[in-house]
Amino acid sequence: MRRLALPLLALLVAFPLTAQQSLPPAPYAYRQLEDPAQEAAAQELMETLRCLKCQSQSIADSDAPMAGDMRHQVRIRIAASEEPEAIRRWLTERYGEYVSYKPEVSATTWPLFAIPLVLLLTAGAILLRRLGKRT
Amino acid sequence: MRAWRLWVPLLLFAGFLGLAAYQLTQPKNDFVKSTMVGKPVPYFQLRPAHPDLPGLASADLADGQPRLLNIWASWCLPCIAEAPQLEKLRREGANIVGVAIRDRPEDVARFLAQHGNPYSAIGADDLNEVSIGIGASGVPETFVIDGEGRIVHQHIGDVRASDVPVLLEKLREAGA
Repeated sequence: MRRLALPLLALLVAFPLTAQQSLPPAPYAYRQLEDPAQEAAAQELMETLRCLKCQSQSIADSDAPMAGDMRHQVRIRIAASEEPEAIRRWLTERYGEYVSYKPEVSATTWPLFAIPLVLLLTAGAILLRRLGKRT
Repeated sequence: MRAWRLWVPLLLFAGFLGLAAYQLTQPKNDFVKSTMVGKPVPYFQLRPAHPDLPGLASADLADGQPRLLNIWASWCLPCIAEAPQLEKLRREGANIVGVAIRDRPEDVARFLAQHGNPYSAIGADDLNEVSIGIGASGVPETFVIDGEGRIVHQHIGDVRASDVPVLLEKLREAGA
């Protein structure tokens, strides 16, 4: 019985999945690239791309079919020697900057970079004035 | 030392709390809108998903006639819910073409037999390439394509009765 427990448990998980879609996932959704260097580049890129179905996960982490389809696209494009940043651009062209987790300074994100700087400068200025008064 | 300056940090903090409270009460929007609206449909060429209907290619969309491009699948439950609305759109004169995601011909045929066929053509997309190409993030999604093959409108999720006039209006604006 113990030997059967794991396969039975796996079946429980597998049935809803097979009921969801009738065809297998895209070839490179779950298969790594043959070249380890290319796979590493693909993995690095996939970890910084947002899964559109489960939006707090990267496509590398997610089991959503959509994430698998995106991994397939990333891997075949890396295999075709496309630059990772070109693939990121290709995706942001379609889904906007939201699809990328890579922090980038843009028209909407610049306050995130500017505010800490302003706060630091303000704190520094206050500190200098206080210390200057004391001496 | 002026007394009012003592209140500044507290006021700032209260402002921050207010902002957080406001954001928490806002409904969550999970939709990722396509940024391909306004651009031409990217190239694709799909085999027929149903034995009696033609397949679909991006070139078919640039023949001067506006269309609805419906991304769906026989295994998708909201697609059943929107089937009567697509039928209504078809009766109102909309030309609807479909892209079936990861579907077997027999499943597509069974779905159409059960829920009606509003499509003039259905392409089979086993890799979900059209969705990613066009900026769709799931099924179902419906795009209004003008006669030159340009995407002019995206509808995310199933088409409800209240969306039918909106889509018809968008088709009219596109020159139908």
